[in-house]
Amino acid sequence: MRLSTGGRIDRSTPLAFTWDGRAMTGYAGDSIASALLANGVKIVARSFKYHRPRGIWGAWVDEPNAVVDVVWQGQHDPNARATLVPLRDGMAVRGVNAFPSVSFDLFGAIDAFSQFLPAGFYYKTFKWPNWQHYEPRIRAMAGLGRVGHQRDTRAYETRHAKCDLLIVGGGPAGLAALRAAAAGGLSVMLADDQPALGGSLLTDTAEIDGTDGLAWVAAVARQGQVLSGTTVFGAYDDGSYGLLEARNHAPAGWGQARLWVVRAAKVIFATGAIERPLVFPDNDRPGIMSADAVRRFLRGQAVLPGRSVVVATNNDSAYATAHALQEAGASVVVADARAVPGAIADGLRVLPGTVPLGTGGRRGVSWVDLGPQDGARRERMPVDLLAVSGGWSPAVHLFSQGGGALRWDIERVAFVPEGGATVAGSITGATDLPTCLAQGHAAGLAAAGGGDLGAPYSPPAPAAGAVLPLWQIGTSRRRQWVDLQNDVTAKDVGLAAAEGYRSVEHLKRYTTLGMATDQGKTSNVNGLALLAAATGRSIAEVGTTKFRPPFTPVPLAALAGSRFDRLVAPLRELPVHHDHLALGAEMRDYGGWARPACYQQIGEPVAAAIAREADNARARLGVFDGSSLGKIEVHGPDAAAFLNLIYYNEVANLRPGRLRYCLVLRETGVVFDDGVVGRLAADRYLLSPSSSHTAGVLAMLQAWHQLEYPAMQVAFHDVTAAWATFAVSGPRARALMQQLGSSVDVSDAGLPHMAVADGSVQGVTCRIARVSFTGDASYEISVPTGYATALWRHLLDLGAPLGMMPYGIEALSVLRAEKGYILIGTDTDGMTLPVDLGLDGPLRAKQVDFVGKRSLMTPDAKRADRRQFVGLLPEDANAVPAVGSHAVAGPREARRSLGWVTSACMSPVLKRSIALGMIEGGRARLGETVELFHLGKISRATICAPVFVDPAGERLHG
Amino acid sequence: MTRYSAFQLLRQGFAGQTGWGEAWRDPVPKRRYDAIIIGGGGHGLATAYYLAKLHGMTNVAVLERGWIGGGNTGRNTTIVRSNYFFPESAALYDLALRLYEGLSQDLNYNIMLSQRGVVQIAHSEHQMELMARSVNAMLINGIDVELLSAEDVHREVPLLNRDPAARYPMHGGFVQRRAGIARHDAVAWGYARAANALGVDIIQNCEVTGFQWQDGRVVGVETSRGAMQAGAVGLAVAGHSGVLAAKAGFKLPIQSYALQAMVSEPVKPVLDTVILSGATGIYCSQSDKGELVFGAGLDLYPSYAQRGGLPTGQTIVAALLDMMPAFRSLKLLRQWAGIVDVCWDYSPLIGPSPVAGLYLNCGWGTGGFKAIPAGGWLLAHNMATGRHHPISEPFDLHRFTTGRLIDEAAGAGIAH
Amino acid sequence: MLLLPCPHCGLRDEPEFSFGGEPAIRPVPASTVDDATWADYVYLRQNEKGAHREIWCHSGGCGQWFVLTRDTVTHAVIAP
Repeated sequence: MRLSTGGRIDRSTPLAFTWDGRAMTGYAGDSIASALLANGVKIVARSFKYHRPRGIWGAWVDEPNAVVDVVWQGQHDPNARATLVPLRDGMAVRGVNAFPSVSFDLFGAIDAFSQFLPAGFYYKTFKWPNWQHYEPRIRAMAGLGRVGHQRDTRAYETRHAKCDLLIVGGGPAGLAALRAAAAGGLSVMLADDQPALGGSLLTDTAEIDGTDGLAWVAAVARQGQVLSGTTVFGAYDDGSYGLLEARNHAPAGWGQARLWVVRAAKVIFATGAIERPLVFPDNDRPGIMSADAVRRFLRGQAVLPGRSVVVATNNDSAYATAHALQEAGASVVVADARAVPGAIADGLRVLPGTVPLGTGGRRGVSWVDLGPQDGARRERMPVDLLAVSGGWSPAVHLFSQGGGALRWDIERVAFVPEGGATVAGSITGATDLPTCLAQGHAAGLAAAGGGDLGAPYSPPAPAAGAVLPLWQIGTSRRRQWVDLQNDVTAKDVGLAAAEGYRSVEHLKRYTTLGMATDQGKTSNVNGLALLAAATGRSIAEVGTTKFRPPFTPVPLAALAGSRFDRLVAPLRELPVHHDHLALGAEMRDYGGWARPACYQQIGEPVAAAIAREADNARARLGVFDGSSLGKIEVHGPDAAAFLNLIYYNEVANLRPGRLRYCLVLRETGVVFDDGVVGRLAADRYLLSPSSSHTAGVLAMLQAWHQLEYPAMQVAFHDVTAAWATFAVSGPRARALMQQLGSSVDVSDAGLPHMAVADGSVQGVTCRIARVSFTGDASYEISVPTGYATALWRHLLDLGAPLGMMPYGIEALSVLRAEKGYILIGTDTDGMTLPVDLGLDGPLRAKQVDFVGKRSLMTPDAKRADRRQFVGLLPEDANAVPAVGSHAVAGPREARRSLGWVTSACMSPVLKRSIALGMIEGGRARLGETVELFHLGKISRATICAPVFVDPAGERLHG
Repeated sequence: MTRYSAFQLLRQGFAGQTGWGEAWRDPVPKRRYDAIIIGGGGHGLATAYYLAKLHGMTNVAVLERGWIGGGNTGRNTTIVRSNYFFPESAALYDLALRLYEGLSQDLNYNIMLSQRGVVQIAHSEHQMELMARSVNAMLINGIDVELLSAEDVHREVPLLNRDPAARYPMHGGFVQRRAGIARHDAVAWGYARAANALGVDIIQNCEVTGFQWQDGRVVGVETSRGAMQAGAVGLAVAGHSGVLAAKAGFKLPIQSYALQAMVSEPVKPVLDTVILSGATGIYCSQSDKGELVFGAGLDLYPSYAQRGGLPTGQTIVAALLDMMPAFRSLKLLRQWAGIVDVCWDYSPLIGPSPVAGLYLNCGWGTGGFKAIPAGGWLLAHNMATGRHHPISEPFDLHRFTTGRLIDEAAGAGIAH
Repeated sequence: MLLLPCPHCGLRDEPEFSFGGEPAIRPVPASTVDDATWADYVYLRQNEKGAHREIWCHSGGCGQWFVLTRDTVTHAVIAP
């Protein structure tokens, strides 16, 4: 129920929401969890395995039960942690994994069979006839919320930031550290996951430096960059941290989460501590809550979760809750497991040496049995709330992720950080405000390298009593729950230990302890303490499981940030992209560039467009946008000698103004790329790597220069983006070039095949290269990119009377296939050596120790039965064999692959199907017929030389 | 050994589940074994099991530095498949898959083999052609694969991105129906329990610190729990192969990297098959608990740290969401990494090492889990007979000298 | 996210860099060495756990290649 006064809620702003379809009201300042408690909702979830009714346990990241489905403003969160999501007006909240509802769940019947379903039962059965026989039904039972087709369309933002010091946690210790470090001149970022700063000061009022604690908080917060509602979820390499800023207070439509990647020179973890449950019989009923959480709900949202309360504890911290409950009008009994209770019991009814021995109640706890640990006596008390504290586990998750070592502290009964400089507050096991402030102050000063600022002062707290280690109460046959979400009991831990699963990681994996959505924040330490007891080891010997990011679940969409849709991997666009679109271009991804596959006329199928473009380029004239083709300029007195060490082909004897087709290999001998190498001057080359390999070739040149041949005087410059390049090709190419109005003599004598010349066109610098990838006379004209549109449109105007059409990559692929010109990555792969392509001249003739040369001399490289590049003439001239068909040998039941078809098309010149392929020992098999296998069907083809059109190359000269 | 069955489970249910014995003993190490396997992951435990079961060698120890199954066996995304390009690889991985198919019965331990199919999608016509090349190779190799149209793929995976304007539009794919997932821990535990029942000593918390030598031959190991002699020593230490090789005095064609894996919070069934994308390298399946288990590329620098970085993690998530936009409303629950020993040609090394008496099973890269039964079976054969099995012969270390690599990345364009 | 020292640009974030393998001495003249020596250079790796010599390129920046020593367990750069 909600108290009429108190709390940090805004009673003037009621928020309407629904729970499983029932209308309810909360207030601004509520979390979903506090609103449900205020409305008297006891059962908020069902456990994963046995569908036991479960209520809210915690108030923070530790909450194991209250996972709910939330829809708000069309956005859906299928697995929201009710304690972490602020209530908003109009929210629809539902329970998950129950039928028909968590309040009344038919699957709850499973619980009756739990004795047959212990930890790991599925490893022992469901083997006959096979697992898949059972799996669909088991899968249907598993899972929490549901995802549907609906798509989260919010755009998420990513920010990168640097600071001298990152402080994780905005409680007293973190703020004291901020105050000290900022005074020392550091740039400080502080992240706190709660909607409001202050940590424990939000729940427990205190005086600091003579003022109210929260006033002190507000003053200190101004001294650095403070991110509230921001969870540091991961500690990564070299002081980098992942932060998720919830932005819950942003106006509707502006409130998407923001991911921060922060690089901090130093860090202070003031991450607090998490209250542990006690393990006792029937400790899972709704209405059994963390004592700390009860106080947080009471002070924070003025919610009183029960009126008849037993507070069960083994330490002093729960007394504050008992006092708070009593002040709020509840009747309270404290069951303290210790023989001598804490010194802060004034006015409370305390039963020393008393623990909960069992509970009852159908839909929530209605009674608790209290008595000594040995169960010698028991007294039944009616309750509607059992507040429990089993001690505290420091929130060491991030500290440990960041590489920090942990130590079992016998006195504090907790794993605490080893080494103190980067931690402060209750993460160290500290329990009182003055200590937390002093630790924070010291850590902040240490980060700043000293200073004379005094520590914040808070009146001393009474000395704390010792914590009583208490891991399991009684030997009742009733179940004692350790992991509430995954339904792991103390007995399951014992079973795992008895069966040999004695490593803490085996325990986790075998029982699923700590593997639920809360990642064991309440269950891990109890689990490993029980394992230690069961195996006769100390808790220190057993150790913890590994802490992994994220600290709390992070929305996948926030991690992806802006990287969705086209921005997952942006495509590069050509300088005349929009002109291509206007011409009907079908743009596709070729090596990271959006390039025209073909230009479709209205109503024209893609295949027809490709054939038309290819036919026209052969018969008349075509124009092709080659701007994405790489252009790397290589300068320097050693340019020739250097490139000769890199390229497979001889390039040093190339005369200025001439071009040569060359391969470049990896040191393994495999063909990495092909392209035309041009010599512009004695000390200046121009390389044309394929579009997708330009960056790779440049990196390779730089690596070999810097690492292997640093003394050579040569420099490289990728000028691909600086030039737009268009190729005109076909019998009428020269006719067009002669009308272009360039200063270059484009006659066959003036600019023969494989020559290049610089000049101007319309007063603009240009470079014209006579190079052909079609087998017809071709000219590549390059102009500075700013003139791309002018040149492209000029070419189209000039070409129209000559019957010119633009052609796309697919038509180009047909034209080059007729000539047997290879396409890297299509006809070659990561196994292709130059000898496989029939290009063994340089290997025999070139003396220089070029890259990859030695790998061409291994026994495997010299095998006669290597796959070799050949042509294939299909028996059925009208059928194009599928690319990817394999040539096969041997009988049907023992077929063997001889290689495969790499390219295939209808030849515009031959008017029949042709193919290229890599065939075992292919060059020695010219004239042989082979079977081609594709998806179980067989066709036949004759092996031939890989040139189908104009073997003498006469068309090149136009 | 108490046999596992539904009947036993029922009986034990009435007896309070107190009658189950230890799955494996915690033995005191002996001074001498006929065979020692270094590495208590799936491969090492399987080796011991097959040595005992098939070769009659029961005086065998498995030495594990930490806890069994704690390396890549317990860190992977549990995919099993045999859709490989080269006949050598197909023979190897299909041996593994065939052994997996009978493993729950053979070991009397439910490894939860779920042959739900693995669908790999292609995003362009060129990728479809490469896929046809792979599918044809697999069909010739006798592997059960089918080429799928875009519509076929959508039927298999309704939540897949259908937007034709997507950055990676879906053009089709192929499926191996016998492929799927298995419960990774159970594979290690099942082999351990079965090997233990045949007399094998499984020794945990026992780190090998060096080798014992005689006439240039390895004749035993030095460990944190004392020296042990052995007739043959097998190395099955994925993520540490280079470290152990250095102790034995040789180098391997291996570089070790961290491979991240991630899980989301559990949701009700939304993905009934395993799905992979060649363009982004992403692979994803839904565990029986309902979590989406996914991963993609390596953190591309050498690492022994078993944790992944944030930049690669973000790239992986972006790739997943591009393929499955509906998952944008899910949250990441856990991110971790295993150390994968990536061999130059993305194929493993099995067989004799450069040192007599020491045998290798390493270099599985990102694909070791799917190969566990075969890796163990073949290493056992090598150790017991001193000779290669025809299936392991092509995977000998010597291939790097002859140049006869088995480059699956080049062959299939993907190497998970 | 690693923080790596580019000799030109100073400490920069991991996404700007590409790992380029281990430094290795190339046999000279390569054509005359035997298959095993060549295979050692091309394929075999030190792959140290701990201090590891490796080549990086500031590929998203100035294009500088450089060698550094990095701990492959902690990922910390030990020496540039």
